[in-house]
Amino acid sequence: MIITKAKPFSEILRSLEGEETIFLVGCSECATVCKTGGEEEVVAMKAHLEQEGKVVSGWVILDPGCNLLEAKKEFRKAKEEIARADSLLVMSCGGGVQIAQEASGKVVHPASNTLFLGTVKRFGHFQEYCSMCGECVLDLTGGLCPATRCPKGLLNGPCGGAKDGKCEVNPDNDCVWIEIYDRLKEIGRLKEFLASPVQVHDYSVNTKPASLVLERNKNRRDNQ
Amino acid sequence: MTLLQQALAKGEFTVTAEVAPPKGTDTSEMMENAEFLRDKVHAVNVTDQQSSVMRLGSLASCRLLKEAGFEPVFQLTTRDRNRIALQSDLLSASALGIENVLCLTGDHVSLGDHPQAKPVFELDSVSLLMTAKRLQGGVDLAGNELEGKPTFHLGAVVTPGYEPMELQLLKMERKIKAGAQFFQTQAVYDPELFRRFMEGASDLGVPVMLGFVLLKSAGMARYMNKNVAGVSVPDWIIDEMKKTDDKVATSIKIVVRIIRQMREMCQGLHLMTLGWERHVPAILQEAGINI
Ligand code: SF4
Ligand code: SF4
Repeated sequence: MIITKAKPFSEILRSLEGEETIFLVGCSECATVCKTGGEEEVVAMKAHLEQEGKVVSGWVILDPGCNLLEAKKEFRKAKEEIARADSLLVMSCGGGVQIAQEASGKVVHPASNTLFLGTVKRFGHFQEYCSMCGECVLDLTGGLCPATRCPKGLLNGPCGGAKDGKCEVNPDNDCVWIEIYDRLKEIGRLKEFLASPVQVHDYSVNTKPASLVLERNKNRRDNQ
Repeated sequence: MTLLQQALAKGEFTVTAEVAPPKGTDTSEMMENAEFLRDKVHAVNVTDQQSSVMRLGSLASCRLLKEAGFEPVFQLTTRDRNRIALQSDLLSASALGIENVLCLTGDHVSLGDHPQAKPVFELDSVSLLMTAKRLQGGVDLAGNELEGKPTFHLGAVVTPGYEPMELQLLKMERKIKAGAQFFQTQAVYDPELFRRFMEGASDLGVPVMLGFVLLKSAGMARYMNKNVAGVSVPDWIIDEMKKTDDKVATSIKIVVRIIRQMREMCQGLHLMTLGWERHVPAILQEAGINI
């Protein structure tokens, strides 16, 4: 899921300067799990803003906040509250903020900083395992991602810097290359890695902004 | 063939030492430090923004040293440049007559003086070696032909004190396959460990130069034990450094003793002097190394 962290309230207030009436938008998925834009946080934000003398014309939790059709549908239901608002304060990822603008045409403000694609290790503990490189090498690296879990993104083996199995960049983390090595040995695939050609990532795969359109009926065609 | 390459090929015990470019444009101290090394070492390594601290470039410094009659080793890290810039710098090096290139990944930017910088690491040491080798064949990384091929003598680093050692040896092998022709090691102070390492490394058939950081004090040794990966300074050295009134003399004595124990195991010596270049002549003389 997409991991977000709430911006300091003072920064949010600054961004709302000169605006009186605000409509709040939350998200039922990632932002709810990250406790940045679920119902609880949206209701709390409303109270905070009101304390600061703002008027909150209404709020909605989109399911999810990054879906344009969902946003349009829900915004229609809240048409009047949104029309009255000077702006929307969007408490989801950066994708959700932009979708809210596209669906409403209103001025939008982000309430969070969007950090990474995270796994949930346990409640409230998120870890980056994949940085969406577009050329997955997990098959070669024993199911552990060096592009993400090694701070240097090394694809051809470890640097010389690990100490007691810990990463030289952040000793709180295990060196993923030592983990990869142990895992490859365990599953008997070290030879395959050693025989593999020198890995160089193709960044043309990552040209921004990325987009993907599923081809309708593609599967059926492929099966013919 | 570069002079360094010739010395290694002849099987001479080969010596390199490093100098660091200045933070700024005043190169006088770097050039003075290099003077201590004149005719004492086969080649002089020039660090590339060592420890991720922004400095004058390695390539420009190599050229200045070459003009002054030294044989430079251009250290090139993948931390700060993408493949276009790296290949361009490799071509520039060859065009300037600088052919010894030590290919490194480099420290992470978070350890340096510009922690806000974008860490590039688009290539790593292995793919940089492969890229340099390809350029020598007249083709760039994208498969385009070059007008005029560069010539290189490609080096890489290895950390003998790494745990697990086998993993370092595997990486070393990968570097050799990619193009590495010689290795300079991270600092080693333990002859027994180095012997074990060389048992694995000598099968790979590429010259290895023993790396050494000159210890300036017991505190520095303790600091390295705590913070520098793959480096472990034994207690006896720390004790001697602690007891002594003459740190320079003791440090030299220690280095000489260890060099004597280890020189038979490898093909050369790489001294990381950290500003103590002026003591290199004494060290080499006492260790009986004449080039
Ligand atoms: S290699 Fe890593 S970053 Fe790339 S897709 Fe696979 S898990 Fe994600
Ligand atoms: S210690 Fe391991 S995880 Fe950390 S930068 Fe080096 S190779 Fe990557």
